[in-house]
Amino acid sequence: MAYSEKVLEHFKNPKNVGTLDKSKKNVGTGLVGAPECGDVMRLQIEVDDNSGVITDAKFKTFGCGSAIASSSLATEWLKGKSLDDAMAIDNMTIVEELALPPVKIHCSVLAEDAIKSAIKDYKTKNADVPAETKA
Amino acid sequence: MGNEKLIYLDNNSTTPTDPRVVEAMLPYFHEIPGNAASRNHPFGWKAEEAVDYARDQIAELIGVDSKEIIFTSGATESDNLAIKGVFEMYARKGNHIITAKTEHKAVLDACKKVEKMGGEVTYLDVQRDGLVDLEALENAITDKTILVSIMWANNETGVIQPMKEIGEICAKHGVLFMSDATQAVGKIPVNPKEVGVHLMAFTGHKMYGPKGVGALFVNRKNPRVKVTAQMDGGGHERGMRSGTLNVPGIVGLGKAAELARKEMAQDAERLSKLRDKLEHTLVERLEESYVNGNIEHRMPHVTNISFKHVEGEGLMMTFNQNIAVSSGSACTSASLEPSYVLIALGLGDDLAHSSIRFSLGRFTTEEEIDYAIDALVKGVNHMRDLSPIWEMYKEGVDLDSVVWAEH
Repeated sequence: MAYSEKVLEHFKNPKNVGTLDKSKKNVGTGLVGAPECGDVMRLQIEVDDNSGVITDAKFKTFGCGSAIASSSLATEWLKGKSLDDAMAIDNMTIVEELALPPVKIHCSVLAEDAIKSAIKDYKTKNADVPAETKA
Repeated sequence: MGNEKLIYLDNNSTTPTDPRVVEAMLPYFHEIPGNAASRNHPFGWKAEEAVDYARDQIAELIGVDSKEIIFTSGATESDNLAIKGVFEMYARKGNHIITAKTEHKAVLDACKKVEKMGGEVTYLDVQRDGLVDLEALENAITDKTILVSIMWANNETGVIQPMKEIGEICAKHGVLFMSDATQAVGKIPVNPKEVGVHLMAFTGHKMYGPKGVGALFVNRKNPRVKVTAQMDGGGHERGMRSGTLNVPGIVGLGKAAELARKEMAQDAERLSKLRDKLEHTLVERLEESYVNGNIEHRMPHVTNISFKHVEGEGLMMTFNQNIAVSSGSACTSASLEPSYVLIALGLGDDLAHSSIRFSLGRFTTEEEIDYAIDALVKGVNHMRDLSPIWEMYKEGVDLDSVVWAEH
């Protein structure tokens, strides 16, 4: 199984590796997968409360090259997106971008799950804030 | 870095054919091209002579009579011939076979076929260190048991089974004892008669011989063992395996056996030192590293290590441009299942996913080991920097108590 150039690139130079402070109210954390499955992704977003735009994203992944590339790519795409646009990210676009073979499609699914999980966490943390806040 | 070195530490997968073996094989392609079964002309006679000589070389390696060697296309075929051949030949005696969960697929799948054919198979659990439980084995024997099949050395962990003790149990109960000795023959002293093994499978390409040729040892005296042929057509190999003999391959297998007999001891000594250096240094320099399988009863050139919180395929990607190893991770298998051998040892899926098997060989140098050590340390540390579960472990989170959101 040969890896695509893009997977290798993300693997060698992963984007946005790291940790955001999850105690901050405007940080959403998604943790998906399980060690027994051989795949765990933690994806975090930092959201600007006023504009609802994702200003930063970080990830860490326990998994194979394709899993790491999928989550690295996800953080790249998330930056600058609104929460709604981020929710719309579909795993098949990750598959196409990275040229993932069929046996690795599940890595992209996990990345999509991680994105949604992070957004959900952010929304839960900010549920008490009305949609439009006038100071 | 610009290092173009290609380092091969996957000798349990296959070994490079020794140049001396290649040289011995070459004349048998064009200059001495006869069919060993052609009785009536010098082409055939010369080929037959070469085959007989190879039989002697192989018999000498394992301490048997050359009449007890049957040539096949490899260990998979030999395993199938032994298991199915015994099942068919001894049908009137019984239909029960005992084997272990850590056997190679060639044995396990042949046993599954036997079950479809009406046989009963017991798949024994192994202990945490990979060794068969002798009491459990003896308790599994019934009056319908015709065969016990236990591999000499395991391909993933290198663990060596207590062959003599198993042989004694089988002799006591009058049951045939078969062993898939693919990973042991030519690397450590293997003598089936000394331990009571009646059938033994092995192959050329695990002992610096060519791929595509192997053998099955079938005991001829006390007891006289026979197997029903699985390949019909001409009655070659005493009626047990038909098909024109792969003369060049057999010559190669013979030469490989001779070289092994002469060089095995010094290879094993040199390799066990290199293996120990690799293993001890990695475990010392990388916390949360675990060696899998019994370290006392083990092949001298193998080490299987789990690097916790790092996934195997990802780890290999940090160095697989120039170092070849194998992993028990699900991502590296066609079935997307983690190594069933490591699971049988009770490792837990996460440690199976984190395992790397290093299998050194005749052509491995100390320089390569030193390079591999550095690459592994860098690779594991890099992957741990990327790993959320490593971070959680470092923060003191009890990962066993986390409720994972699986998909």
